Amino acid sequence: STMTVREALNAAMEEEMLRDETVFVMGEEVARYNGAYKVTKGLLDKFGEDRVIDTPITEMGFAGMAVGAALAGLRPVCEFMTWNFAMQAIDQIVNSGGKTYYMSGGNVPCPVVFRGPNGAAAGVGAQHSQDYAAWYGSVPGLKVISPWSAADCKGLLKSAIRDPNVVCFLENELLYGVSFPMTKEEMSEDFLIPIGKAKIEKEGSDLTVVAHSKMVTHSLEAAEILEKEDGIKVEVINLRSIRPLDIETIITSVKKTGHLVTVEGGFPAFGVGSEIIAQICESPAFDYLDAPPERVTGADVPTPYAETLESMAFPDTPLIAKVLKRHLYRQ
Amino acid sequence: RLPDETFHSYRCEPPSLEVEVTKDQLVDMYQNMVRMRRMEQAADALYKQKLIRGFCHLAIGQEAVAVGMEASISPDDRVITAYRCHTFAVMRGGTIKGVIAELMGRVDGMSYGKGGSMHIFTPSFFGGNGIVGAQVPVGAGVALAQKYSKKKATTFALYGDGASNQGQVFEAYNMAKLWNLPCVFVCENNKYGMGTPAERSSQNTQYFTRGDQIPGLQDRVDLSLTHAKVNAMDILAVKQATAWAREWTLSGKGPLVLELVTYRYGGHSMSDPGTTYRTREEIQQVRSERDVIAGLKKNILEWNVTDEDSLKAIDKAAKEEVDAAVAEAKQSPMPDLKEFWTDIYYKGTEPPFMRGREKEEFHVYSPSA
Repeated sequence: STMTVREALNAAMEEEMLRDETVFVMGEEVARYNGAYKVTKGLLDKFGEDRVIDTPITEMGFAGMAVGAALAGLRPVCEFMTWNFAMQAIDQIVNSGGKTYYMSGGNVPCPVVFRGPNGAAAGVGAQHSQDYAAWYGSVPGLKVISPWSAADCKGLLKSAIRDPNVVCFLENELLYGVSFPMTKEEMSEDFLIPIGKAKIEKEGSDLTVVAHSKMVTHSLEAAEILEKEDGIKVEVINLRSIRPLDIETIITSVKKTGHLVTVEGGFPAFGVGSEIIAQICESPAFDYLDAPPERVTGADVPTPYAETLESMAFPDTPLIAKVLKRHLYRQ
Repeated sequence: RLPDETFHSYRCEPPSLEVEVTKDQLVDMYQNMVRMRRMEQAADALYKQKLIRGFCHLAIGQEAVAVGMEASISPDDRVITAYRCHTFAVMRGGTIKGVIAELMGRVDGMSYGKGGSMHIFTPSFFGGNGIVGAQVPVGAGVALAQKYSKKKATTFALYGDGASNQGQVFEAYNMAKLWNLPCVFVCENNKYGMGTPAERSSQNTQYFTRGDQIPGLQDRVDLSLTHAKVNAMDILAVKQATAWAREWTLSGKGPLVLELVTYRYGGHSMSDPGTTYRTREEIQQVRSERDVIAGLKKNILEWNVTDEDSLKAIDKAAKEEVDAAVAEAKQSPMPDLKEFWTDIYYKGTEPPFMRGREKEEFHVYSPSA
């Protein structure tokens, strides 16, 4: 069977709410409107207003309340209409949420999930097109997930809700409507994906590509092009988790292929790719590299509105394919 | 009976001025205020001996707030405040030794030395928060959890007059009233946000009226300094107001804004002498005319609750208790260096390893932990 990413996220929340009464959903338009992007569709009807709570447009306030409810023993799932708006609330996520367990010497855990669409959407301009993986990924105390497929979303969101830490769950609006195949196991209510493990989506021997979220789609397409046109076997790693970062899987792959290219939709500076390459250079995998590792990223430019300009701002399949070929001196 | 001008109310009837209180309660409150003052004085001394690092915000002068509130709330209630938290930490189930040891970064500290002065917690007290105003929505969230779990309990979310202008405070007011949460927003108005007098930061200094649709009560623990009011910095007023506020929220009427007008004798923190933005005369006047401990002592003696000798014995015992706690705290070792790596993530759910300052400094978590 198949499932869209939106349906998978919805199923994950529904299953966890059925399983655990302390799980509830709060956020802007999550209840009566059925979610700004319909991710929480039907939850109000199934669970009622006590457990599916529409909040006013006050991100800092309701993010703080989600943290407070978590400190007091509940398991809130706090939806941001987009992660762009969570910048209003970043202090609550990082300082109130992410640090209390440490500062209390382990006395006060904070089991809360913050989730919502992240990264660039289409034609929404600079303030609504930004990837926060690197921002939250830099904070010890947070777990940060950037899922790709419907199975990723279902298994990882369920794990996130059960995780006793602050989890930032970075979805992608452009993937919400995309269908993915789901195995019987993945459809089951017991299906969980462990946080902190990357997945090799396509095995290969010639070059390692590390991507997350929508860039996994483009990387897989680019890998296919290289295989078809040049017989190059690209290994595509779907990071799934930004923090903890599964550097072991990348190290193993790089030792096998001798080449590393990272692909992400975020700004280049101080980004996910920068971190991965730094860690690889510090690891034993460095000695296996046959070329300097490189990054494919969003441009170092606020996202423009006009379509022609916007298309220059984020990696797509042809760009990735071009870089991969160049990387292997095939161009 | 409390003085006539004790309470000012907004959109509600003020509590009765008749306070029922037992002799034991009066002596208890006296004892606790003396203990808290001694503890804060000890912290002051330890700071000056360089045994306490960083920020240290003392509540000397404000003891009636934590002690008076505790006299009217239950262990099921929850309290959260900002960084001036030592007295609440003790009153909510902690110990003087635990606070002092925490200030000194020792392993017997209530956060095992990992939180410091601003981050101390108990099962009914959510700290101890360092970002001005951020604890207010967190407190409203605790109240949300109480309502969600159908618990008959209230959350008291404290903040200062300085924090009262943070946008997120109003966001929390709005949601608390919208959802009728059992939350009492307590503005602990000590008249200065760091070095800025309330009048220079707030267009409306009647903090109990700032909840818009939320009823408010001003507990004039200390009336405006231009008014020479007798017996105004009054712990019994705090006790009465807290009991009333608790009853209000438990009866399902929703949140309240409670303003406790108080006064801090010291600076904002240890690095502030506290005399550049107010006169020494002002501080001296409050100390001599409206001190919370002296005020309660006067009542106790006037009402023949007990005699001066037994109060002196309490003073002496408090000093001995704090001295002993300090001595014990000084004996407590610094945290084991392995604790550097613990409590970043919930035990058993850590990443495989965490990195230190360079690639060869790292900590591997045992998978079975």
